[in-house]
Amino acid sequence: MSVAVNNNVDNHDEHVHHHKETFITKWIFSQDHKMIAKQYFVTGVIVMGIIGVLMSLLFRIQLGWPEESFQVFKIFLGDRWAPDGVMDPNIYLALVTIHGTIMVFFVLTAGLSGTFSNLLIPLQIGARDMASGFLNMIAYWLFFVSSVIMVASLFVEAGPAAAGWTIYPPLSALPQTQPGSGLGMTLWLVSMAFFIASSLLGSLNYIVTVLNLRTKGMTFFRLPLTIWAFFITAIIGVISFPVLLSAALLLIMDRSFGTSFFLSDIFVQGEVLHYQGGSPVLFEHLFWFLGHPEVYIVLLPALGITSEIIATHARKPIFGYRAMVASILAIAFLSTIVWGHHMFITGMNPFLGSVFTFTTLLIAIPSAVKAFNYIATLWKGNLQLNPAMLFSIGLVSTFITGGLTGIILGDSALDINVHDTYFVVAHFHLVMGISALYGLFAGVYHWFPRLYGRMMNKSLGYIHFWITAIGAYGIFFPMHFVGMAGLPRRYYTNTAFPYFDDLADINVLITVFALITGLAQLVFLYNFFHSMYYGKKSEQNPWKSNTLEWTAPVEHIHGNWPGKIPQVFRWAYDYSKPGKKEDFVPQSVPIAEGEKITEH
Amino acid sequence: MTIILSIITVVLLSISVWQIVKIFEVSNLGKKRDNSQVANYKDNDLHGKLMFAFLVFIYLVTIFSFVSYTKVLLPEAASEHGSTYDTLFFVSFALIMFVQIITQALLHYFSYRYRGLKNTKASFITHDNKLEFIWTIIPAIVLFGLILYGMTTWSQIMNFEEDEDALVIELYAQQWNWKARYAGEDNVLGDANVRFLNDYDGRNTVGIDSSDPNGLDDIVVTQEFHLPVDRKVIFKFRSQDVLHSAYMPHFRAQMNCVPGMITEFSFTPTITTADMRMNADVVDKVNRINKIRYENSQELIAKGEESLEPYQFDYLLLCAKICGSSHYNMQMKIIVESEKDFKKWINEQQTFSEIIQ
Repeated sequence: MSVAVNNNVDNHDEHVHHHKETFITKWIFSQDHKMIAKQYFVTGVIVMGIIGVLMSLLFRIQLGWPEESFQVFKIFLGDRWAPDGVMDPNIYLALVTIHGTIMVFFVLTAGLSGTFSNLLIPLQIGARDMASGFLNMIAYWLFFVSSVIMVASLFVEAGPAAAGWTIYPPLSALPQTQPGSGLGMTLWLVSMAFFIASSLLGSLNYIVTVLNLRTKGMTFFRLPLTIWAFFITAIIGVISFPVLLSAALLLIMDRSFGTSFFLSDIFVQGEVLHYQGGSPVLFEHLFWFLGHPEVYIVLLPALGITSEIIATHARKPIFGYRAMVASILAIAFLSTIVWGHHMFITGMNPFLGSVFTFTTLLIAIPSAVKAFNYIATLWKGNLQLNPAMLFSIGLVSTFITGGLTGIILGDSALDINVHDTYFVVAHFHLVMGISALYGLFAGVYHWFPRLYGRMMNKSLGYIHFWITAIGAYGIFFPMHFVGMAGLPRRYYTNTAFPYFDDLADINVLITVFALITGLAQLVFLYNFFHSMYYGKKSEQNPWKSNTLEWTAPVEHIHGNWPGKIPQVFRWAYDYSKPGKKEDFVPQSVPIAEGEKITEH
Repeated sequence: MTIILSIITVVLLSISVWQIVKIFEVSNLGKKRDNSQVANYKDNDLHGKLMFAFLVFIYLVTIFSFVSYTKVLLPEAASEHGSTYDTLFFVSFALIMFVQIITQALLHYFSYRYRGLKNTKASFITHDNKLEFIWTIIPAIVLFGLILYGMTTWSQIMNFEEDEDALVIELYAQQWNWKARYAGEDNVLGDANVRFLNDYDGRNTVGIDSSDPNGLDDIVVTQEFHLPVDRKVIFKFRSQDVLHSAYMPHFRAQMNCVPGMITEFSFTPTITTADMRMNADVVDKVNRINKIRYENSQELIAKGEESLEPYQFDYLLLCAKICGSSHYNMQMKIIVESEKDFKKWINEQQTFSEIIQ
């Protein structure tokens, strides 16, 4: 397939290719990074996001009013899983599992990185496209196949995977232990295998592009922080995703070919199974070796986006650029040696618990540096409070609130009594779920003009932000108390224990906030699609930003710039520089005579 | 009823949102139209102030949660290490609340204070090595303190020695119930494996190896297990099918049960069930729960169903690791009592050799 994309290694090539485009090469099998970014957004964030959020609303209704019958369960789950409108415990676990899988992997990994790494890496470093447009296209289509399989798994007769998004064996390995561990689990594993392949191809492409295709003058320390974040994220992905693939493959062997990697001494339904000598704890090690870096794969791009947006809309250089880069690197390094904090009470040697406590709490240092730098960037700024900026400030707020409780959970001694309770749910939803979603929304509001050449409606954006911001705290703040009251997570209902009866009103409150917040996302969807067609046409550089993507024409063209690729003369954060007429100086503007190069 | 109310709430909210959008649009109509969709001074002013209001909101949510939800939290720890745990928790929590209050205040105050107005300008500040050094080194020192404190506590809790006085109990998990096995007079648990589960027509419920003499005096109980107060208990955990997690929140104790592996945890219960029922917080909680149960019972009776039994406090063993459809209902009662009562109770139980005869 020869398609209209030039993989110029020489990115100063003035010549831009104009191949003939067909409908298929433009809209479906496109190799253009901008189109692929849109494809990721629509598949990963919009379609999968709606499914994931809808699932959370369904199980939140169940938790708010357990044992009651709801028409809405019947509509979405059918008679099979909600006879008389009462949710079945197996489908509850399946909803929890698939909600986690979709939100973590499909929305916040593929959706977030796929959209913004693809859109911004070539545009911000001054490249005509990704290093390999073809691999980029393959990566998207593998992701698409993976999404289709995951959605298809929802419709198998015995139900989708229901062993939690962490799919710990033996529960996930033995169909005798729960219906979801049959075909549903097989499809889950196949889907994830495609997903990992997609993620690896995507990440390799990002890494190679950043290393090789930077325009003239774009040194590493002139890169916008977005690129640093995407680049490091891709490296973490390449290091950790293969380990999940190996875990998934071994699990497939245990499930289908009678091996005993993770299984030993098991007795189910009156029968002693043949498995000998394996250990589920091994699976947990393999899983969390990806699973923990995965948290940063989700979060770092959001932090990168926020760094860029906060500086631009504060009209002020990002505070401590080098410290920001150093903290990204430190977080990335530490993220690969902390996975054991998910396993303090799995029977792992207690000495290891101490080691992982040490490494885990160290992560708080670069995280604190980042939070302080964001706050210092706002200090003495000239804040332009666009919706993108509000979401970025919101991110810093939830990142702090959620991150701080990590100090409790990362401490092995304290983890004992809050492990696998709602305290954990509240913690990680704030620090990686909500924060990363805020980063995603901020990115969409900020770069929508770059994606579709139009502006999103700001009033709707404001409404979206304020309802979401209030809702997010309304949902997750009280949830900490449910956890500290001792309620374990993934309980279909807490009514089996009269001891938890007085948690009922907190659960109702959380569910009401969840429903309101969920509905508020419709405002975003409406704004997104409406603005795509009827939004106000964007200027070339609506936010008066310094980065290179705003020097490209509003209409998308192959190769991004019609003529020469702009050269870079300065860092990305010369905002409000003294002696300049405007409060921004794009990276492509040469250093004027007598102007001091900003030290950073 | 609640669902109808909440649906109405949601509908009304959506309508009001829609109306607010209208107001926004209408208020823009009369004036010079600013249709750029980029925030102007007015937007900055409004949303800067709202940011400050949001700070107040965060504080209010925090205060509200502490005032109305502190009562649902676990009562005082009923185990020896539990009070150490609670102190560490309190210290860490106080610390993070302090940081939370300060940083959120700075973040939202700056968002309000430096909102872009007509003639405001930003200062050109790129970095400040001294400041950055300070705010790196202070968290580092505080965290090192916390790490040391946490590690000491952790090793105190986890490095228990097998002293002879300790009572040895096995907690045995399966889908979806618990069993407890006492080591009997010799205080040594007999060998066990899932291979023996089908021996003796299923009477060997935890798979004790009947050829091991240590196992013959073992005692297996279901539904509830008893502990003598102020005596160290060493728990050994097993599972026969999938991962489970033995969670005993009142004792600040939790450990996973892993098939093919024996895991351990130890604690010394310090408060008997009878004494805990007199604890002021527990009395409060039980009264509250019974009030809720009474109200729910009225509804049930109106529907012609049976009413709920009144609740009485008991220590609980729950499952905290997802384990299949009845994960939410894997419970066992724990009774802590005097050594004398415990002896009496244990002597009434059948030993393994009696069961398999």
